[in-house]
Amino acid sequence: MHSAGQPTPQTGDSSLPRPHTAQSEGPSAFPQAAELELIHVEKRYPGQRQPAIPDLSLTVPAGEVCVLVGPSGSGKTTAMRLINRMIPLSGGDIRLGGESILKREPTELRKQIGYVIQQIGLFPHQTVSENIATVPRLLGWHSSRIEGRTRELLELTGLDAGEIGARYPAQLSGGQRQRVGVARALAADPPLMLMDEPFGAIDPINRVRLQDEFLRLQAQVRKTVVFVTHDIDEAIKMGDRIAILREGGHLAQYDRPEEILTNPADEFVAQFVGADRALKRLGLSTLAELELLAPNGRQPDENRLPVTATIRDALSAVLSAGGAPLTVVDGDGAVVGLATLELLGGLLKAGEPPER
Amino acid sequence: MNFPPLAAGGPVIPNFGGGSASFACERANHLFCWNWVSSNWSPILWPALRQHVVLTVIAVAIGFAISTGLALLAHRRHWVERPVIAVTAILYTIPSLAMFELLEPLPGLGLSRATAEVALVSYTLLILFRNTLTGLREVPDEVRDAAAGMGMSPRQILVRVELPLALPAIIAGLRIATVTVVALATIAALVCDEGLGVPILTAISNDVFKTELIAAGVLAVALALFADGLLVIVQRLLTPWMRARAA
Repeated sequence: MHSAGQPTPQTGDSSLPRPHTAQSEGPSAFPQAAELELIHVEKRYPGQRQPAIPDLSLTVPAGEVCVLVGPSGSGKTTAMRLINRMIPLSGGDIRLGGESILKREPTELRKQIGYVIQQIGLFPHQTVSENIATVPRLLGWHSSRIEGRTRELLELTGLDAGEIGARYPAQLSGGQRQRVGVARALAADPPLMLMDEPFGAIDPINRVRLQDEFLRLQAQVRKTVVFVTHDIDEAIKMGDRIAILREGGHLAQYDRPEEILTNPADEFVAQFVGADRALKRLGLSTLAELELLAPNGRQPDENRLPVTATIRDALSAVLSAGGAPLTVVDGDGAVVGLATLELLGGLLKAGEPPER
Repeated sequence: MNFPPLAAGGPVIPNFGGGSASFACERANHLFCWNWVSSNWSPILWPALRQHVVLTVIAVAIGFAISTGLALLAHRRHWVERPVIAVTAILYTIPSLAMFELLEPLPGLGLSRATAEVALVSYTLLILFRNTLTGLREVPDEVRDAAAGMGMSPRQILVRVELPLALPAIIAGLRIATVTVVALATIAALVCDEGLGVPILTAISNDVFKTELIAAGVLAVALALFADGLLVIVQRLLTPWMRARAA
């Protein structure tokens, strides 16, 4: 677990602390996903005494989702926009697949990095297919290749290629626009995706659906993803790793969600993740991961849940049934086991939340 | 007033219409004489209409080129906007009758089509500049941000995103400018012997026979409506997304 509560003192000049890795020239063909390293990243705006980001270092392994979360003023969006050089870096370095982003033309770099923002920013004058084809066209792909890729992405994001492809953004629902935004960002198969509150403008019901869809999609495409949100629940759900930033651009904790919920680094993190962090942790695992009690021939009754339900939902179901045991069923509706209040409640203690 | 030489020379009573033929309705000086119109269509009205179209198209085209250039400049460098607005607004407010008379004595202009075009162009600038600039500025920030974030250069953003999205505003400006120029170009007859203003001036100078005035006036109005309609069709063809709304 890194904790960068205190800015790491920088030694000597701004030369990089790590030896150079293999250098590749020009627009290299990245693998499907690439490791992202932020190395003593610093951002100062002229005329401001305090830096927006004083010293941020973190590494996102290839194929993982890193969620940047924090209150407003914590610099999470700034940090994300430094990565594709939408905001120029003041100090430190950022490497994608071992190669410094500073070595590449910003426009060339950005074509290799998927970009999704909250308002999505679809081009209103272009059809869905044309929108998705944006980066492939900039890269000069053949029209037949673009057409095939567009179709593939529409299907991947659960949109009907024949029906939706020819529509204009104004003819789509909010959820559909969001899916098109993700499809557009994935078009050229970038090794890294940047997503700035991508589901922030969506109503709660559709947001959950889009989050689930994105996780399914991510399980297939396995991109390195930097995901910005201010919502800790979304961070816990989406992130393989969570970077919690606090005001002034300081990294309070960078770790896996279970670890952050179990061992918050400090008071700020503990407050930020909420007093119900033990329950939130239960939301990270499903009943399938649990050693259930033997069913002893029980039939599925009113109080039942599938094995894919989270332990948090199971606890909630048991409590609302007045403590009666829950029957857990598989995909075919057959009972696979029982979950009792004792069994579920025991898990709350097992993680040993830190004493306060 | 310093009238230019008129095409048909001075009126000869009772030949009010100025043409060679003399009709009953013309001699009786009815308000509108169809026979005069049909016999003077080829020698007077049709050439005047064609000249009017040429005057208008040249003025709008030059005005569009100048103001689009200025709008693109002001889009990149904000300080350009104020002086351009100031100058074009002054040009726009100069009374049109005075404008043609003011330009005429300038060296190189005189009684010529060039003089007429300079005046007409100056009336298009304010409208075209302001509409084009507004259109470019109204492109939503998130659309520009997404375009830049996907790796478009500023030039690609302008050509592929900003200009297409500004088209409705640009064409709206062209419609107003075109209708304005069609109307003002009738006054151009003061400095050049072209356009629908010529028969109108002839009719004004003979003071009695009104058919020529009415016919040329109606043609000018019809031309304005036609040009406006044409631009509406052009906009529909160029901006199909404007009609696409939630089904």
